[in-house]
Amino acid sequence: METLRTLPGDDVRQILWRYADRFDLQMAVQSARSIARSVVARLVADGVRNTHEWTERKAELLKAFDESGLTSIYMDPAQGGFIEGPKNLALALVAMELAWVDGGAATSALASCLGLAPIHEKGTDEQRAHYLPLCTPPQPGEDRVCRRAAFALTEPLPYVGVDTGILGGKMRVQSWDDGAEPLLKVEKRGRFITNMDFADIVTAAVESDDPRIKGSCMIILEKDDPGTFDRGAPTLKMVHQLSSTRDPVMSLTVPASRIIGGYDVVDGVIVPRFSHGEIIASVFHRTRIPVGLMTSAKLLSAIEPIIRYHRQRFRGGSVGEPGSRRHELGLQMNEDALQRLVDVWATGEAGCSLGLAAARLADRFDPIEREKDRQFAAQGIKGRKQLAALKDSQERALEYVRLKYAPAGQADPARLAELEADTLAQFVYMDALAGVLNPATKLWNTGVGATMMREAVSLVGGYGITEDCPGFLCHKWMDAQLEATYEGPEAVQRRHLTLTMTNPVFLELVRQWSAELRRSQAGGAAALAGALDLWLWTLDFLQNGADRDGKKLYHGKRQGVTFPLADALGWLLAARSLMQDVAVLAAEAPASPVLAEAAPGLTAFYADMACVQAARAAGEAARVCAELVYGYGCGQAQDGPGGPCIVFTGSEEFARLRQGVDQGLHGTRLAKDRAAEALTAVMIPEALDYPL
Amino acid sequence: MSYHIVVCGSIVPDPLQTLEPVAGPGGPALKNEMMLPAVLDPWAAHALFEAANLAKNVPGSKVWLVSVGPKAKLQQVMMHVAQKVPFELVVMDGPAGGFVEAADTAAALAKAVEGITGLDKGKLLLFGGWSSASRGTGATLQILGELLGVTEQFQGVDELRPADDGSFEVKERIEGGGYLRSRCAGAPAVLGWATGNLPEPPNNPQVGMQNMRLIMPALQKAQPAAVGAAGVAYKAVELPGTRRQTRIVKDTPVDDIAREIVEWIKG
Ligand SMILES: Cc1cc2nc3c(=O)[nH]c(=O)nc-3n(C[C@H](O)[C@H](O)[C@H](O)COP(=O)(O)OP(=O)(O)OC[C@H]3O[C@@H](n4cnc5c(N)ncnc54)[C@H](O)[C@@H]3O)c2cc1C
Repeated sequence: METLRTLPGDDVRQILWRYADRFDLQMAVQSARSIARSVVARLVADGVRNTHEWTERKAELLKAFDESGLTSIYMDPAQGGFIEGPKNLALALVAMELAWVDGGAATSALASCLGLAPIHEKGTDEQRAHYLPLCTPPQPGEDRVCRRAAFALTEPLPYVGVDTGILGGKMRVQSWDDGAEPLLKVEKRGRFITNMDFADIVTAAVESDDPRIKGSCMIILEKDDPGTFDRGAPTLKMVHQLSSTRDPVMSLTVPASRIIGGYDVVDGVIVPRFSHGEIIASVFHRTRIPVGLMTSAKLLSAIEPIIRYHRQRFRGGSVGEPGSRRHELGLQMNEDALQRLVDVWATGEAGCSLGLAAARLADRFDPIEREKDRQFAAQGIKGRKQLAALKDSQERALEYVRLKYAPAGQADPARLAELEADTLAQFVYMDALAGVLNPATKLWNTGVGATMMREAVSLVGGYGITEDCPGFLCHKWMDAQLEATYEGPEAVQRRHLTLTMTNPVFLELVRQWSAELRRSQAGGAAALAGALDLWLWTLDFLQNGADRDGKKLYHGKRQGVTFPLADALGWLLAARSLMQDVAVLAAEAPASPVLAEAAPGLTAFYADMACVQAARAAGEAARVCAELVYGYGCGQAQDGPGGPCIVFTGSEEFARLRQGVDQGLHGTRLAKDRAAEALTAVMIPEALDYPL
Repeated sequence: MSYHIVVCGSIVPDPLQTLEPVAGPGGPALKNEMMLPAVLDPWAAHALFEAANLAKNVPGSKVWLVSVGPKAKLQQVMMHVAQKVPFELVVMDGPAGGFVEAADTAAALAKAVEGITGLDKGKLLLFGGWSSASRGTGATLQILGELLGVTEQFQGVDELRPADDGSFEVKERIEGGGYLRSRCAGAPAVLGWATGNLPEPPNNPQVGMQNMRLIMPALQKAQPAAVGAAGVAYKAVELPGTRRQTRIVKDTPVDDIAREIVEWIKG
């Protein structure tokens, strides 16, 4: 049976990733794609990545982004943009299109948004109204240059890197005349600051070094402020050369009104309204999603060049005339070449499903978060009282989750609607979910993605490790490592997850997902449901258990316990997201006039890929759980048939659950065989659509 | 003197795709045609960019893009095209492949053009591709002109220069790399464009959002077009056999490449 007819095009992607009804997003995708596959691809093909310096050729990128609207994609229409409302999904899709060809170019496109994000998220109205339009390209007839921003958090050792709680950057009051705006002296040395070759505006994290200023903040620095604005040495990086990175040194005098979000004067002390920690939390909350997706896009981009390489490997030789199996299939005659490619593909799909679910959630979450802030402000609820109010809403959030996932017909629709309109309950629900999905996207997509990218490279043999490799695969493999590092490396994401994955609302979601999967007939669903249950059991065991020395197992400092559990969760979330998307495809593809005829085969292929991914994820998670439970398990020495041995008590339930996972694997290898077979028949374009 | 420029153009499979004729239920077709990514026919695209440029330089002018094509695929293509230049879309929903009769398409187009509200036929410049990338008969535009009673026709146009009095000069391609320059007293006229002179404009999402506000409703209310190949029997359908002898060589000077091509042609 013919399953997959052509490689999935936009029609398929728009259904899978839920933007079939958003023409603004489709346009943004088209814009980004046309630049990626022309300007960007040309730069990479011409070896422009071979220098650390920011060159004129690299600067062509900025011009292309300006002209095609990508620079202003972050802004609202009133500020010179063209997309109304939250833009997390838009930024994610654009980053993917660019990263399909080159990750550095994608970073370049995103970095100005990152630089502006502190102002966008927490800036005062005046700060937003001033800086965002400045950073849009001039419209016809306007006489100004487009300003660009950089985000300066990390500093040279021994200051802030992963541990962003401590800062080396300092601010002091330089002068404070009666009734006038205080002038601040800001000292900031950055490390690895993206956009630094051309940034006009830097949003920098700094701490008070003066009794007249309280705590920390982020502050806006401009290149023409009095003092030193030294862009510093370029970073001698091996990757992402189509973005600029330097280690700047800034010592500038700025008015206190540059403090992002403003400040109050309390008893003669300047009190910033937001600490640097609060600002970066809300910025990274969102901006980490596109970074994770950049790595997944690389995996998807590898499929076509690899199939082409495999099919053509023996062409032109003395054996294998046209029409022969060797000529037509080349290396695709071999099961391994096919099945490994299915793994690469399924990993890419799962990463995209996870990351785009996070991006869509962020879009829904943004207005809820603002509405929550508005309600609290209107009622004068501040600080600890906010926490209490949210805690009170947790029961309703839990009820909402139970109703949302209740089997069809079993939930009271009126109550569901009521809870859907309950801002605080929705906030608590979405906060719990986003708190896990966002770091999981950054952690799983980049970490597992980098490993999978190595598989992709290996599938192109010796050619894979050359610069001539079609699809720039070896560049992408190295680039993936940077994506796993910046905006907080894997350790940071694991730490984040350690805190958020134990949220009761999230744990209730996991229970509901498991039940939903058990109701589904999809291949691999049983294994995945089993693995979710196993994970829940293991978490509970670790949270309540102690090791042989009586030390608590689940503990912030015990990364040997908490981190693997976070990794296991990443696998499960990604596989579940893919299953969700495939279910949507199965439901909607038949109605698409473009896909209708091909829909059955297409959805069967995707179901097989989701099954492959579910099997792999369940296996990974079960392995991690078994290692933790048995590995730390408190046993007793007993006499066994073969002599003394340690017997772990309380393992029967675990063993039963683990067996459930294994049994859930039934048929999953057959699914992989089918998916692999489909790769031999899929139609690919005549030529890669960007240069070698 | 302003112009009402109607550009006729539809979609073709992206030229990078593998095209393979197959026998479909409704006659010959291309393998997986509906699923192949599509682009605006490059000839029609040239015409559209020229039309937009002309409209920009002659105040009071307006551009319509009239298309007979499968509306679901047209919608995808429009996401890209709409960002290039301002225009209003008029759609007839029907097949646009290489096996549709030119006369049928021309008839459907004529109906669509006649239906445009506010169109002043006295100002009409009917633009389109000299030929199309799906089937280069070059007949559609000529028949359309005849149906609409526009008998001033120019084919293979590379340049159009309007004068202040409403007349214009046209540069048409003729054999042997030569050009024919004509002067036409004024609209209405049919101009089948060759490649024109203008590069593809960069994307401008602001223009895109403006265009899409009208394009989406136009697509929704697209009328079905009765076009096809009824009464036509195809004796054989095949693609020219591909014979590729590709070498990938980096950093070769342009002169060397040219020299090699000349030698190949001679040999
Ligand atoms: C090309 C590039 C561009 C960048 N762009 C920017 C930018 O624009 N703006 C900006 O502010 N920053 C930027 N960065 C900085 C980037 O975000 C940091 O490099 C990253 O967050 C890691 O910090 P670090 O390099 O100081 O690592 P370190 O703090 O030295 O950490 C090293 C490793 O130690 C381990 N580790 C550290 N702490 C812990 C812990 N608590 N628990 C467990 N393990 C731990 C982890 O394995 C970690 O990966 C960029 C970096 C690069 C390479």
